[in-house]
Amino acid sequence: MTSENSWYEAGARQRVAALLDPGSFAEFIGPEQREISPHLAIFDLPEQFDDGIIVGHGTLEGRRILVAAQEGRFMGGAFGEVHGAKLTGLLRAARTLGEPVLILFDTGGVRLQEANAGELAIAEIMRALVEARMAGVQVVGLIGGRAGCYGGGSLIAGCCSALIVSEQGRISVSGPEVIETNKGIEEFDSRDRALVWRTMGGKHRYLIGGADAFADDDVLAFREAALIVLAGNGRLDADVLEAEQQRLEHRLHRFGKAHDAIDIWTDIGVSEPTEIPGLATDEFLRRTTNKRETANGAR
Amino acid sequence: MEKLSFTMKPSTPATGTRARAIVGVVASGNLEVLLERNLPANICIIDIATAARGFAAVWEAVIEDFVTRRPAGGLHISINDGGARPDMVSLRLAQGVRLIEELEA
Repeated sequence: MTSENSWYEAGARQRVAALLDPGSFAEFIGPEQREISPHLAIFDLPEQFDDGIIVGHGTLEGRRILVAAQEGRFMGGAFGEVHGAKLTGLLRAARTLGEPVLILFDTGGVRLQEANAGELAIAEIMRALVEARMAGVQVVGLIGGRAGCYGGGSLIAGCCSALIVSEQGRISVSGPEVIETNKGIEEFDSRDRALVWRTMGGKHRYLIGGADAFADDDVLAFREAALIVLAGNGRLDADVLEAEQQRLEHRLHRFGKAHDAIDIWTDIGVSEPTEIPGLATDEFLRRTTNKRETANGAR
Repeated sequence: MEKLSFTMKPSTPATGTRARAIVGVVASGNLEVLLERNLPANICIIDIATAARGFAAVWEAVIEDFVTRRPAGGLHISINDGGARPDMVSLRLAQGVRLIEELEA
């Protein structure tokens, strides 16, 4: 399902423009500053002037907000040194300014050509994100792009106050091909698209508390969801972490032996669970009301 | 990567007042085009970094066509190319001059 305003089809700049109040976005370190990757030229690979991420500020219903958007079509939205540093800087600014952050994830994880610099960037981002949250800043992740949210990107997403996901969004540490390569096709057939979406897709993540809001594949639906999520508090303290730890232990105990997402949907009491992947958003949300697990501001 | 640079004398200056514009993305068969309005109105410089070596003559033909058909005077255009076909390059250049004509959002 795609629409004229499809989040999945849009590029990073289009998403930011449609998400924020019209004309409110101002970019930090724009493409004209040419802060490109210092690593790609060594591999004789093409560079992009913004290194695949846009950071800046704008307003959402008049409220000032910081935003980062990954371009999933440039190197799979992967994190390199500069790409990562731009997000780290934005999160540090958020802490200083006390302004909420939206991260528009669209990433396969770390850019392999920048291995250690990319891995370090992930660690720096996670630290900056948690420090911002400890200072009371909300950091909300939006996931619905073609690259999904994998690898180090999924670890960062796991640190967010809340996640908004569409059916097209996928969240997982290891991607389908990685699992198949390491564990064999019997464990995970990466070419089975239905299996991939059933296991990592937005609907399943929403049902097991891996995401907090479910949105249509539409930029305005993401905007509405962001406004609702930002109205929450996004608290992060020892009590929140303790509660989430207990929830995850319970979840592992309850579903750890399940072989397929459908087993889990059956267990939580969704009617006609095999129909879930084909349901439109309204019907999906209606059928799963009060059935899904909810996270505790940490996951 | 191959780097190419062309200095052209377009017949028409770029319209609008926007200082810069960017279109496209660096991906297979695609390219990004950054346009900056910072040159004399009778000159257009196009700098290209391309993953596909050996196509200088094709680039030159596409750019000749572009500066003949579109108002490109005064623009410094920088391209990062991921191996786009000539029709895609023409489309992105046309999109770029169109975007820089628009009022600042």
